Amino acid sequence: MDWLFMTKWSPYAVGIAIGILSWLTFYLSNKPIGCSTAFARTSGMIEKLFIGSKVDNKEYFKKFPAKIDWEWMFVFGIIIGSFISAKLSGTFEAVLVPQLWVNTFGSSAIPRILIALFGGILMGIGSRWAGGCTSGHGISGTLQLTVSSWISVIFFFIGGIIMAQIIFNVIG
Amino acid sequence: MLTKLHSKSKLQLFIALLAGILFGFLLQKGGVSNYNIILGQLLLKDFTVIKIILTAIVVGMIGIYTMKSMGMVQLHPKNGSLGMSVIGGLIFGVGFATLGYCPGTISAAVGQGNLDALIGGIIGIILGAAIFAQWYPKLNKNFLKKGAIGNITFPELFKVNPWIVIIPLSIIIIVFLYWLEIAGY
Repeated sequence: MDWLFMTKWSPYAVGIAIGILSWLTFYLSNKPIGCSTAFARTSGMIEKLFIGSKVDNKEYFKKFPAKIDWEWMFVFGIIIGSFISAKLSGTFEAVLVPQLWVNTFGSSAIPRILIALFGGILMGIGSRWAGGCTSGHGISGTLQLTVSSWISVIFFFIGGIIMAQIIFNVIG
Repeated sequence: MLTKLHSKSKLQLFIALLAGILFGFLLQKGGVSNYNIILGQLLLKDFTVIKIILTAIVVGMIGIYTMKSMGMVQLHPKNGSLGMSVIGGLIFGVGFATLGYCPGTISAAVGQGNLDALIGGIIGIILGAAIFAQWYPKLNKNFLKKGAIGNITFPELFKVNPWIVIIPLSIIIIVFLYWLEIAGY
């Protein structure tokens, strides 16, 4: 069982296991793997604390009701699973600023948190605009050979590669 | 199909939690819960992300289409349009590089202790989703329906047996991954 305690697995082993996990979710739950709607539902649940059931009348939340569903539990599970993995390999560590960022922009926390917040807002808008994320389009959509998912993923990476160059080679 | 199991809503939430735990475990073991690895991919220096995604696609695709032909599963292709995929995809991409995580990997990053993911990123994604929900009625009219694609798959588009797409695509992906290894990535 040493492999459970390893810091890193081969990306091919991980890819094969994720592929098999997707068979299981289709078979056992009739669901593809996906993550971004959980964030939209969470935003609706938080909004509900302020404006109450008016949230349910919003056009978007009629489509994706603001409540805990399959995908929400799935995303919650990701946090637990990653925590278990990190604890088993001894890599769990509270880190405020990632190393690559420190190398280019320094170790000050405030700029990194603000940029992460800004990037998160774009990601929240972009994932719901595209109708999926790296999981829903990038893995589940592509493996079903869905045309819209393949186009989405290509544009995820076009946008990401160009922006990464701007951040680290133009600004940084 | 296990329609009886699919209709047990509480048990389904439990299966979702277990599946999520496995997925989070795998993302962390794969290293894609790390900002450095995701940005390494977008800077084209580290190909871990692409290796995992492409391998999952080959394995997932062969399994799902086999199970579908045996009547064990049904497909769930997403409805889409060029307005969604191109504009939304580019906004997502810019966010991907700026944040350094995506909605799945950020949850794994939180689990392994990354505070920029917890304090900055998660709050940002929820805010972004709230903004999108607010704009949705207008966006839906002006952008999201432009260039409708529907929920068509490539085999349906080309009007061929799915395996005519799956087999060549799997070969192309495997050759590409093999080339990545030989090239030293």
